[in-house]
Amino acid sequence: MTSLTAKTSYSVRSQQWREFWFYFSASKTAVAGLCFLIGVVLMAIFADVISPHLPAEQYRDFTEIPPAWMEGGQMRFFLGTDYAGRDMLSRIIHGARLSLIAGAIVVIMSASIGVLLGLVAGFQGGWIETIIMRVMDTIMAVPGLLMALVLVAVLGPGLLNAMVAIAITYTPSFVRLTRASTMTELNKDYVTASKVAGAGPMRLMFISILPNCMAPLIVQGTLSFSTAILDTAALGFLGMGAQAPLPEWGTLIAENRDLMLSAPWTVTFPGIAILLAVLAINLMGDGLRDALDPKLKRS
Amino acid sequence: MLKFLFKRLLVLVPVFFGVTLVAFGFIRVLPGDPVEVLAGERGVSAERHAELMTQLGLNEPLWQQYLNYIGDVLQGDLGTSLITNRPVAEEFFELFPATAELAICAILFAIILGIPAGIIAAVKRGTLIDQGIMGISLAGYSMPIFWWGLLLIILFSNTLNLTPVSGRLSFLFEVEPVTGFMLIDSFLSDEKGAFKSAMHHLVLPSVVLGTIPLAVIARQTRSAMLEVLSEDYVRTAKAKGLSPLRVIAIHALRNAMITVVTVIGLQVAVLLAGAILTETIFGWPGIGKWIIFSVFSRDYFAVQGGLLLIATSVMVVNLTVDLLYGLINPRILH
Repeated sequence: MTSLTAKTSYSVRSQQWREFWFYFSASKTAVAGLCFLIGVVLMAIFADVISPHLPAEQYRDFTEIPPAWMEGGQMRFFLGTDYAGRDMLSRIIHGARLSLIAGAIVVIMSASIGVLLGLVAGFQGGWIETIIMRVMDTIMAVPGLLMALVLVAVLGPGLLNAMVAIAITYTPSFVRLTRASTMTELNKDYVTASKVAGAGPMRLMFISILPNCMAPLIVQGTLSFSTAILDTAALGFLGMGAQAPLPEWGTLIAENRDLMLSAPWTVTFPGIAILLAVLAINLMGDGLRDALDPKLKRS
Repeated sequence: MLKFLFKRLLVLVPVFFGVTLVAFGFIRVLPGDPVEVLAGERGVSAERHAELMTQLGLNEPLWQQYLNYIGDVLQGDLGTSLITNRPVAEEFFELFPATAELAICAILFAIILGIPAGIIAAVKRGTLIDQGIMGISLAGYSMPIFWWGLLLIILFSNTLNLTPVSGRLSFLFEVEPVTGFMLIDSFLSDEKGAFKSAMHHLVLPSVVLGTIPLAVIARQTRSAMLEVLSEDYVRTAKAKGLSPLRVIAIHALRNAMITVVTVIGLQVAVLLAGAILTETIFGWPGIGKWIIFSVFSRDYFAVQGGLLLIATSVMVVNLTVDLLYGLINPRILH
């Protein structure tokens, strides 16, 4: 009996997965975004192996070398070097690590807290809901970057504090989304059935309701991932995020800003890296939304 | 309508007090007490410290301090800047027109390009034009705008020498501030070329600040139009033999605009956050640059006041958008 249930749930899951992939792969751009993102992730994981130089290694005789295809460029430093003779390509490759990890941690932090609060708010209602929602309204009333800046001013500059600050500003959207879906699901028959069967509030919240709210949360998570990378870079650029020797993409642009006119490649390439990574994630997010949003399915 | 307005205002009250709590708490959770913050690195003697604590009412219980703070805020007293020794509110409202001017130009740029782009993409759905417009707007949506600003400076200011790098007006001109809006002030002044200079200074920052709203508006216009174009009344209008232009411009667009207006309203918070980056890059003397400067120079009372004023302006604009939304879509009033 147990093995039968397990088998059924397995085949249901693989059926769901196949259905999802069918809709997701219908969008070529989404698949392209996914492939590019996988490439960036691999690049970040194997940064030590693939980057031609150490990110902090200073070649003092080779400062401000232009990219290989420009006059005076060298194949050794394919994307050129900065004012201290550090290889831009290696710094960008290592920066992918910081930016991706920062983005992922922001999403994990804000989503886990947001989902928890949203479930409680939607499930419990009453004054608990009122307090949670008013606090979220307050956070949302302040523009995200400003809120993050103020929080970093309190916590002190640094990559970790920037991530915490950004995560706080992203929490309300997860709370609202989870609360809204919880409230819709709460009135459905299957929830009533498990209530009648004697399921406790924990079981109802996490096992019955939560899995059915996942689709919009996954989409929101993906889109937050891309904006988290942007905001981390913005704080890094303002000098409030990752600090100077770290090759975080925004910080790279900030530290080379003075060279912007004499050595434009030191500013251009880190920005292209941010743009492409964020674009890939957004392409994927659009595809996910189309695949997971039942309203748009043609069946 | 009045009932609707009242209901919206009622929701804003707790949020406003929430923001005052955040602003009040901000100074209290900083390492060290406010007097130490005030004294900065110089430090103060123990007696002076105690004296200041009493003078600033910091020995009173926390709730009493908060009530005092709220009382001050409601009377328009947002504290004094530690750097300039001027009232924070006064500084804010002096710089506000610069940011407002930039934000208005940015949103106009976004609307003027974004709505037609979205309409064209919707009408030409699935074609190369649609894909091109949507591709560009997704790139715009993904843009790190601080980098975009630097890139445009490299291209237009440095390589092509078309636009100035920073500020609101060339040093050659001296324009008397009347409205605080440089375009209007320079237009009113009798200095020749001042208006043109103000325009030149405004172009790049507006484009940079308007990029993300432009992308959002184009995408939203497209999806709103697609939804409306498949409605029965549009088919009826077509069947009656009305010209495609009339169907799109009058029957479809008016209804699609309902969602687009909301989206435009929601961009205000985006614009204010973006202004922090844009003003920093272009040396634009507005709220964004001021708040960054205040954060860096540890002018905490300025940050506190700025936080409250910016949040309040976002709330006021959102309320206005809600009301506008009620006007163009009377269905939600009931």
